[in-house]
Amino acid sequence: MTHGFRTAYAIARKDLRTELRTKESLNAAASFAVVILVLFSFAFPLERDEFYAISGGLLWLVYSFAGALIVNRGFARELPNDCLDVLIASRAPGWAIFLGKAVAAFLLLLIVEFICLPVFGLFYNIRWTDSFGSLVLVIVLATWGITVVGTAFSAVTVNVRVRELMLPVLLYPMIIPLLIGAMEATTVLLSGEAMAGDNLYSLQLLVVFDVIYTALALYLIDYVLVV
Amino acid sequence: MREKATYLLGALGALVMISNLHTIFVGLPDDALQGMIFRIIFIHVPADLVADLFFTIALVTSVLFLARKNFIYDSITVACIEVATMLILVNLVTGSIWGRNQWGVWWTWDLRLTTQLMKFVLYMSYLVVRPAIAEPTQKATMSAIIAIFAYADVPLVWMAIRLPNVRTNHPSPVLGNGKMAAVYNAPFGMGMLALLLIGSALVLLRLHQETSQREIDSLRRELHAA
Repeated sequence: MTHGFRTAYAIARKDLRTELRTKESLNAAASFAVVILVLFSFAFPLERDEFYAISGGLLWLVYSFAGALIVNRGFARELPNDCLDVLIASRAPGWAIFLGKAVAAFLLLLIVEFICLPVFGLFYNIRWTDSFGSLVLVIVLATWGITVVGTAFSAVTVNVRVRELMLPVLLYPMIIPLLIGAMEATTVLLSGEAMAGDNLYSLQLLVVFDVIYTALALYLIDYVLVV
Repeated sequence: MREKATYLLGALGALVMISNLHTIFVGLPDDALQGMIFRIIFIHVPADLVADLFFTIALVTSVLFLARKNFIYDSITVACIEVATMLILVNLVTGSIWGRNQWGVWWTWDLRLTTQLMKFVLYMSYLVVRPAIAEPTQKATMSAIIAIFAYADVPLVWMAIRLPNVRTNHPSPVLGNGKMAAVYNAPFGMGMLALLLIGSALVLLRLHQETSQREIDSLRRELHAA
């Protein structure tokens, strides 16, 4: 078990270091996200107050687009020089490889999200600092959900001919409940409502989603990697 | 022999369907509240119930494939999912027609409609991704995993749209609680039977295709290897 976690930590560190040196997907995801934010302001020419009602939806669409770009690189990064085969043949347990990759993608996506958040607040005149603590909780929970499902499907599609096309086809339908929960919770928080009573449902949904899919992915990943 | 049994099943289903359509259109009076459009229930609801049955079989065979690595389970999974996805489409289209007549709109983002649409989209992604994987073992394994993930998502979407402030237009359940007039029970049961028979025939047909395809592929590989 400790060996597994140490392996996961090493893989996450390796992935993060490669990414922070090359900034391949980080730059792409961040600039893509900002472009989408700009486009949304033309797609929805609303008054400032009206923006609060759709703020959660806007933010999570941007985040999920960026997320697909980040997780796509997860296992694809290991394809050159047959690194993936070496990883699978090594003593590292499958779940540890997966966990390492998921954690790295999670942190990278968080970086992109926290770059976008102030830009979003600035473009749409939305105050996001008031409920920052709860917002961070929602972002962390939903981002973990996106990366855990995304990394699992990045492993599934890594040997598929048209990988870049297939990952979004699989990923988006799968994370619909997660995005519904995140959008509801974020809209509630940005509109200045308290996260209590009925509003807690969306938070519960995020937790349930994370638990189910983390368990499912960790359990099934061995079948995905060793075929 | 197997082929004959499949066609027999399908023909039987078609017969039940035709005789049931006769009962529905000629034998039954119009509904007091909905008029003539209520007849859609005898297709609309059975389509979903039969589809859910096939999705559940697909889940079981997916798990069995991962456990035993026998390709027959993969073939059953894809056959079931294809037919069930088609039945969900039947359910969505008939529901939409009913909605236009009763609500005045083809579509509304309410609880049951959204869930059903997501189910359709999820399994469509299974059907889209599957042909893109070339290697047979890999194709079967990845398909099984996608099928398991998809099935896990269905109850979650159901829960997601029960979040606060959800309004629903969809009629509440009438089965098994005596809310449906007794005269409708027989045509409803026949509707179930008809779609179950036709659905099973289609699954068997698709299964036959899938196993033949596998044989052809392996023969081709042998030929290339020789």
